[in-house]
Amino acid sequence: MPFSTLSDIQSRLDAGQTTAVAVAKTYLDRIAAFNGDLNAFVDIDPAHVLEQAEASDAYRAKHGARALEGLPIAVKDIFCTQDGPTRCCSNILKDFHAPYDAHVITRLKEAGAVLVGKTNMDEFAMGSSTETSAFGPCRNPWDLERIPGGSSGGSASAVAAALAPAALGTDTGGSIRQPASVCGITGLKPTYGRVSRRGIIAFASSLDQAGPMARTVKDAAMIAAAISGHDSMDSTSVPDAPAVDWLGACDKTDMKGLRIGKPKEYFVDGMDAGVRAAIDAALAECAALGAEIVDISLPHTDAAVAAYYVIAPSEASANLSRYDAVRFGHRCENPEDLLDMYTRSRDEGFGAEVKRRILTGTFALSSGYYDAYYIKAQQVRTLIRQDFIDAFEQVDVIATPTSPITAFKLGEKTDDPLTMYLSDIFTIAINLAGLPGMSQPCGFVEGLPVGLQWIAPAWREDLILNAASAYEAATDWVKTPINFGGEA
Amino acid sequence: MSWEVVIGLEVHVQVNTKTKQFCGCSTQFGAEPNTQTCPVCLGMPGQLPVLNMEAARKTVLTGLAINADINLVSKFDRKNYFYPDLPKGYQITQFPLPIVEHGYLDIPVKDGEKRIGITRIHMEEDAGKSMHEGLDGVSHIDLNRSGVPLMEIVSEPDMADADEAIAYLKQLHQLVCFLDVSGANMEKGQFRCDANVSVRRPGEPLGTRAELKNLNSFRFIKQAIEYEVNRQIELIEDGGEVVQETRLFDSAKGESRSMRGKEEAHDYRYFPEPDLPPLRFTQAEVDAIRAGMPELPGQLRKRFETEYGLSPYDADVLTQTRDLAAWYEALVAAHPADPKRCANWMANELLGRLKESGTDIAESPVSPQRLAGLLERIADNTISGKAAKDVLDAMMTSEDDADAIIDARGLKQVSDSGAIDAIIEEVMAANPAQVEGYRGGKEKLLGFFVGQVMKASRGKANPGMVNQRLKALLKG
Repeated sequence: MPFSTLSDIQSRLDAGQTTAVAVAKTYLDRIAAFNGDLNAFVDIDPAHVLEQAEASDAYRAKHGARALEGLPIAVKDIFCTQDGPTRCCSNILKDFHAPYDAHVITRLKEAGAVLVGKTNMDEFAMGSSTETSAFGPCRNPWDLERIPGGSSGGSASAVAAALAPAALGTDTGGSIRQPASVCGITGLKPTYGRVSRRGIIAFASSLDQAGPMARTVKDAAMIAAAISGHDSMDSTSVPDAPAVDWLGACDKTDMKGLRIGKPKEYFVDGMDAGVRAAIDAALAECAALGAEIVDISLPHTDAAVAAYYVIAPSEASANLSRYDAVRFGHRCENPEDLLDMYTRSRDEGFGAEVKRRILTGTFALSSGYYDAYYIKAQQVRTLIRQDFIDAFEQVDVIATPTSPITAFKLGEKTDDPLTMYLSDIFTIAINLAGLPGMSQPCGFVEGLPVGLQWIAPAWREDLILNAASAYEAATDWVKTPINFGGEA
Repeated sequence: MSWEVVIGLEVHVQVNTKTKQFCGCSTQFGAEPNTQTCPVCLGMPGQLPVLNMEAARKTVLTGLAINADINLVSKFDRKNYFYPDLPKGYQITQFPLPIVEHGYLDIPVKDGEKRIGITRIHMEEDAGKSMHEGLDGVSHIDLNRSGVPLMEIVSEPDMADADEAIAYLKQLHQLVCFLDVSGANMEKGQFRCDANVSVRRPGEPLGTRAELKNLNSFRFIKQAIEYEVNRQIELIEDGGEVVQETRLFDSAKGESRSMRGKEEAHDYRYFPEPDLPPLRFTQAEVDAIRAGMPELPGQLRKRFETEYGLSPYDADVLTQTRDLAAWYEALVAAHPADPKRCANWMANELLGRLKESGTDIAESPVSPQRLAGLLERIADNTISGKAAKDVLDAMMTSEDDADAIIDARGLKQVSDSGAIDAIIEEVMAANPAQVEGYRGGKEKLLGFFVGQVMKASRGKANPGMVNQRLKALLKG
């Protein structure tokens, strides 16, 4: 069972072949056995997981099943939960317990899901490898020497290794899609404004969006259906967003009439040849399924990373000011005065990458630099958004590699932030434009997974699901057995 | 050589909504510390602001009342600084694109009126309060005020002395009270003022300004500005130079001291607030707010003069606050025969008595209806005006109406000509010499007779009738 899809588990629960408690135990056993190798979970409370599973079985017996009844779902440590700690994998929040659930957590609970624990991540979601976590790096089950991507690396690793059938992540510049890609799973970043950000610890407010990480397109859609929708307590949650038939959109088996854009800027020198070959093969498969592949251009792509690394740190520098040791979070021992309390608490509480981004953002917003950095970056953002609007005049969806490379080795890029930042070169523009994006498995290079990224116009997640489900049905990549922790 | 003084004012006005700017917490003043807080106004992780539209509408109303432009699209920004009573480490405010711009107020000055430009009004949130006094080496923080809605009203540097600044502030204070957009209680910090002051020689460009903070009464504002003007003039005349700085006024010492200089000035790193979309109003919504605009002090004053025939002075007194004007109009409704009598009795008699006891018109022990009952008795000659003042005194401490007090005290005026004639004849009989004198041409003696008759009637004789009958009977 552990390598089953969410929808398979649901079928067996519905058929009475298993119970939520039995399912929960299966995954708790695997977590106990394998989390030591992976460090995918940073908090797990087995008794509480079983309580939820028992309650779910009781609910099913009495009222019937809700949308995610009894299904175990892991959540990134960035989601506030009333149960257990919420630490964003930072020492500054090492003793923090949120007195509220994030909106999406409430939605999952209302759908009957069983929350199986908090997954590892880059501290405050700042990173592409889950190496900046205050609780130690997470590992990729395809190769324990390698990173699981980031920042939602714990969620990706947990799903790939079947420590949970599905998970929630967040995506600010690729933090769902890039780890999904390098861990060989499916991850969806919805349109900005589709999913409430309330109760999700903010990194960069204009870019952050929560989404599902799962084994298949349909599994991801099941979770997306549960967590999306308007929240009046998040002013950026869009009240009249066009609805999507999440599950209905996953029934496609062909791509007849679909125009797929292939942006030349996403097939660049320096990208891994194997990755390029895998994507070319995937696009050939799409053509075989009836799609028309159209060469397009997104001319401002090369400025995306630079713009992102101004905008995201700028917003983060303000978002992280609340960790001031006054009301909650880490406070240093015996502060001499207010300034000492601020500086020492924050120095002790934040890791190097978080400090780097706070400094970058503070600098970019400073008097005399604001126009040259922040304003310029916003102008670039407008151009990038326009690139996509223009492209979607010609095509229905865009396909690209999710990442130019497969999973790299732990420690390989930790001393070189710039190279690390380039891991997100193909995902960042989608956040800047607020568009939906998905990564799904499309092959392997030397035994390491490669991800295919789908991009659609705002609110058209259905187009992504159409294409991705047809591709998934025509290929076997999601069924490729992993050489980790036993067999499916 | 003379000096020109240039003053601009920034006024923070708490908007009197029931709930805070970005969350549902109460804004009630005076609650136990930290009892009116929630994860949003405590700046907890992941919590997001949702704008209080009532506060936005009240800000628009204020903008309309100062004849300003309402920006149908305005934006929110973050102003970054660390302070323990600022939970998020930034204040949500409006920087480049505020909701209100380009307004003005006309203020009374020595020789008529002066127009003071208002650059902008923007919406923002208040911080909490830090308490340091009486605590042993620690500070306490009360976040009940964190997130309370504020309007910051920024004037042009159009005021030329402390008196003009005070006139502007009083006008603004009266306006926000009339609009019912703020409690505007200065002691409770609901109406706070910072002053930018500079001096220059006539015809020269603007001098370097100092910003005065912590000005929480009209008296202190006047003192602080005057102190600052003198300080700057003396400094320059002694060959020194004014530096740009923020100064804190110490009301106990009557002087200011430097709080921080230009080099220590905060870089607030303003940038657009990504948690809030632009604030949008349609012209129809703005028009609806305008349609709900109450009568403003100036309009009310003019109407009182024309509709009720009041003197400019009385009209001004009775339109100082919305409560006063409403009270006056209730009195006129209950005693429509003589609006001027209503004004005299309210402005001179009632308000005088209330002032002595420090009572607000809203808490007046005498209602408009009860005062009207008294005025009726003056109008129908039941009592004299003099006696009526005694009756009003009694009404201030009793719940009886005027008639009951008049009866109980036997103050009813004698207006029966037979009874008055009888008293007059008694007085004439007792003063034959004066009668002779009067009849011989000493008409001034009439006053003597009036006094005697009033005395004999123990004040109850109707003075008008006494006059009239005396003249008739003395003729002989």
